Amino acid sequence: MDRLFDCVVIGGGVIGTAVLDRLACYDLSALLLEKEDDVASFATRANSGIVHAGYDCEPNTLKAKFNVLGNPLMWRDAELLHVPCLKCGSIVVAREREQLDELVRKAEANGVEVEVLDRKRTLELEPNVADEVGFSLYAPSAGVISPYQLAIAYADRAALNGGEILLEAPVVGIARTSDGNFEVQTPKGTFKARIVINCAGAYGANVNDMAGAEHYETSYRRGDYFVLDNTERKNVNTVIFPLPTAAGKGILVAPTADGNVIYGPTANDTSLGDTATTLESLDELKRNVPLSYKRPAFNKCIRVYSGLRTIIGHDFVIGESEKVDNFFMAIGICSPGLTSAPAIAEFLTDGVAKRLGAARKQNVVAELEKPVRVKELDDVALNELIKKDSRFGRIVCRCEKVTEGEIVQAIHSPLPARTVDAVKRRTRAGMGRCQGGFCCTRVMEILSRELNIPLTEVKKGLGANIARYRIKEVNDD
Amino acid sequence: MKELNTICIMCPMGCPLKIVGDGEKVEVSGNTCKRGEIYGKEELLHPSRVITSLVILEDGSVASCKSSSPVPKERIADVVDAISHISAPKTTKAGDVLLKDALGLGVDIIATGVSPKSGLN
Amino acid sequence: MTELFYDVVVIGGGPAGMAAALAAREKGAKTLILERDVRLGGILNQCIHQGFGLHYFSQEMTGPEYAKRFSDAVAQTDIEVRLEAMALGLGEDRTVSVLSPSRGLEKIRAGAVVLAMGCRERTAGAIMLPGTRPAGIYTAGMAQKLCNVSGYLVGKEVVILGSGDIGLIMARRMTTEGAKVKLVLELMPYSSGLKRNIVQCLEDYDIPIKYSHTITRVVGSPRITGLYYAPVKDRKPILEQEQYVSCDALLLSVGLIPENDLLNGLDIEMSPVTGGATVDERRMTTIDGVFSCGNVLHVHDLVDNVSREAEIAGAAAADFAMGKLAERGKQYAVVAEGDVRYALPQRIHEGGVQKLFFRVGRVVKNCRLVVESGGKTLLSKKYMVLAPGEMGSVDIDASALEGDIKVRLEI
Repeated sequence: MDRLFDCVVIGGGVIGTAVLDRLACYDLSALLLEKEDDVASFATRANSGIVHAGYDCEPNTLKAKFNVLGNPLMWRDAELLHVPCLKCGSIVVAREREQLDELVRKAEANGVEVEVLDRKRTLELEPNVADEVGFSLYAPSAGVISPYQLAIAYADRAALNGGEILLEAPVVGIARTSDGNFEVQTPKGTFKARIVINCAGAYGANVNDMAGAEHYETSYRRGDYFVLDNTERKNVNTVIFPLPTAAGKGILVAPTADGNVIYGPTANDTSLGDTATTLESLDELKRNVPLSYKRPAFNKCIRVYSGLRTIIGHDFVIGESEKVDNFFMAIGICSPGLTSAPAIAEFLTDGVAKRLGAARKQNVVAELEKPVRVKELDDVALNELIKKDSRFGRIVCRCEKVTEGEIVQAIHSPLPARTVDAVKRRTRAGMGRCQGGFCCTRVMEILSRELNIPLTEVKKGLGANIARYRIKEVNDD
Repeated sequence: MKELNTICIMCPMGCPLKIVGDGEKVEVSGNTCKRGEIYGKEELLHPSRVITSLVILEDGSVASCKSSSPVPKERIADVVDAISHISAPKTTKAGDVLLKDALGLGVDIIATGVSPKSGLN
Repeated sequence: MTELFYDVVVIGGGPAGMAAALAAREKGAKTLILERDVRLGGILNQCIHQGFGLHYFSQEMTGPEYAKRFSDAVAQTDIEVRLEAMALGLGEDRTVSVLSPSRGLEKIRAGAVVLAMGCRERTAGAIMLPGTRPAGIYTAGMAQKLCNVSGYLVGKEVVILGSGDIGLIMARRMTTEGAKVKLVLELMPYSSGLKRNIVQCLEDYDIPIKYSHTITRVVGSPRITGLYYAPVKDRKPILEQEQYVSCDALLLSVGLIPENDLLNGLDIEMSPVTGGATVDERRMTTIDGVFSCGNVLHVHDLVDNVSREAEIAGAAAADFAMGKLAERGKQYAVVAEGDVRYALPQRIHEGGVQKLFFRVGRVVKNCRLVVESGGKTLLSKKYMVLAPGEMGSVDIDASALEGDIKVRLEI
């Protein structure tokens, strides 16, 4: 028997997980389908992680609306969900004051607090802006957050509140039965739904097509980034933007919520699925970072990555399809999509709950239990913990000081980490300067033990294993 | 008549050696010192290497091993194959002979170390 | 929290740490080794190949055997060894905070500290490797550990970037285990590894190496399926000459970096060239009573040199802790010039004969190493060749110095 859900959410990025999280607060049944082996596997794990203030969005757009609504919700959610974040403010740097005028006008129209700072005050805030910088636009409500940890935390809280998540379940078809329900087909089974919410990110237009909803032309823009060693963190206080252009907000320099620094993104037009960095775009980063920031330290790079923005027209597409009733969409969610996520989720959930006539549940989990992060404990608390569970005294990741206890905790969290990358996103094991060179094998051993699978079955993520063949059996297959 | 072109490994100089000859007479050229000549002759007539490899013990843990002396180069593949068929007890420790007189070459295969099964158990 | 005291606390139980601890104990110091792994030996445990000990023991042996010599020697002393113990912090007052599952977080006061944490490998991120970021890219050392310690092979069609010794050794190792190593790419016009490894790990198995080549992009997701590479000119790839090679694993052997994270935030002088602290001839850093040796000080070519250097540090640490560190003469700086990339120690006190280690920045043939102090030539030694991959060492007479010691090459 196919199960009938009140609501099926397609896509486990930050939008999908935020939607599931809000749906789980209502008296309804909800299932999230994610095609990969963890949530936050694509755009959500590879973006700038900026909580935008909302001063640069074109007034009266969905982007402006949800950004401005989303910002305070984001800071509140981060606190309740214990997601690393930093409300450090942002600056847009310019040579001349007039270059900031348009942003000031938009900020006023959007109701966002900003302030123009002269060079002296800019330097007080951010001593390492380029020498050419004469003025900056300061937005105190901006900051940074760990985008993938946010999505994972949404998924965890949703799971605790009764939301269901099925991983490795790519949607391959959507049909409508005579009773008006949807049939959402995946290789893991077909799921009936009264309402479908398309949060499929880069694949959003494809899912629309499957359902017979509005067809959208989608374009994709790749952004490449450098991640700098945490020793660079002391040199950057705020999010430093150049003046925005038609291609986007430009190449920024920012602290990350976890204590690193990023430079990026570039803006390269590309096609679906391309997240390969290129020599050219990495060179472009090297050329452009110094235009706003005078202490670039490319030799402190520990990682390059790139993410894909999915662009449909000039604005987000949010709401119910006009062609297919009970089919809701949140697609074309490029920047400021992360900041907008909680507001988009609340908006969609309100509509869906009304449609279903579902009431808010009593006694939902609002605050997640704070995961143990050994690095943050004081000496006394740490020793008490180790007395109870010695695994919290065993460092696995040297660079980020992550213990076996934390890794086991992630593997047994509400949405369990089942791959090396999933452990990495939850605990930061492997995120440091050695990039897992030392700890990857230990993490693999722990996964193998906790999941009771052979080491050759332990995946890095996205289905690819690391220890591929047992020696002496290499040529037997 | 055999001929061999290789790099001398006696010092960082890395002279390109050309070695020509047979059992009777060997000519080494390209070397800049006596050590290079000796090395070149040996490489032509009796090239041999110490083999190091791994053996999986009965309990699945991994032991490293080596040949007790150099093995003629042309027999290396055979010895590696012989090593892959060794079965050894879990009590194996460094210094144990895992295979006596491998392939009649007069070379033993000796355990050099055993890895702990897992650092975390 | 319990507070413990040792004369000498050695951080790291690899070859440097063990040799330092033994030398300190020999001098009568109460000595503790902190080792983060489950056993002593460090990276030697995964270096199952031959080639260690020829200089130190006058006998060639494998990594595990070399390690065992020292760990057996440690076991016969009253040196305390704490395993699975990670040093999390070091104070300028020589207090070490250490975390272990058996004893929790402890603060240990040390009369002297010996840094012996070794080095780590440069990663794909550090070299800004372009392309996709799939499974199948490993540092050579990680592939080595998976193979030699855990018993797993990371791929069957392998490309190796960089010709560092671990990469070359892994080319042979993976071939022995049945993989096909298709290509080794080296950015520089010469290998950064030992000649012997070029011959015995590549030539013996007909594995091609392309010098002055690098990877221009990695292809494949979620697993690597191949990569493009091109020749380089002025360290920039010539994209018109890009070629493709398929592979299911890419090993990186692109350099080692002393792992001095513990020193972040301390007021200690570091060398931007070696990546380690600067030291005097006793291997004391600019923090009194904190010594450094082995690959955490500078990356060595041979473990034999590590052991010797660690003995100097360990003995001096013991002397310092017990108040017996002899007064020395005036201190002079050691300055590397021109083709000499670095010389170590960076400071020498006047007195006695001192060993000077050095590395050059490029392959230099038919040259003369000249060491001067003031106007006085301390040493002038002819070399047929000096290569960046090999560390040189000379003894200099430091009994009467006349100024800073300058180390340079005359061609």
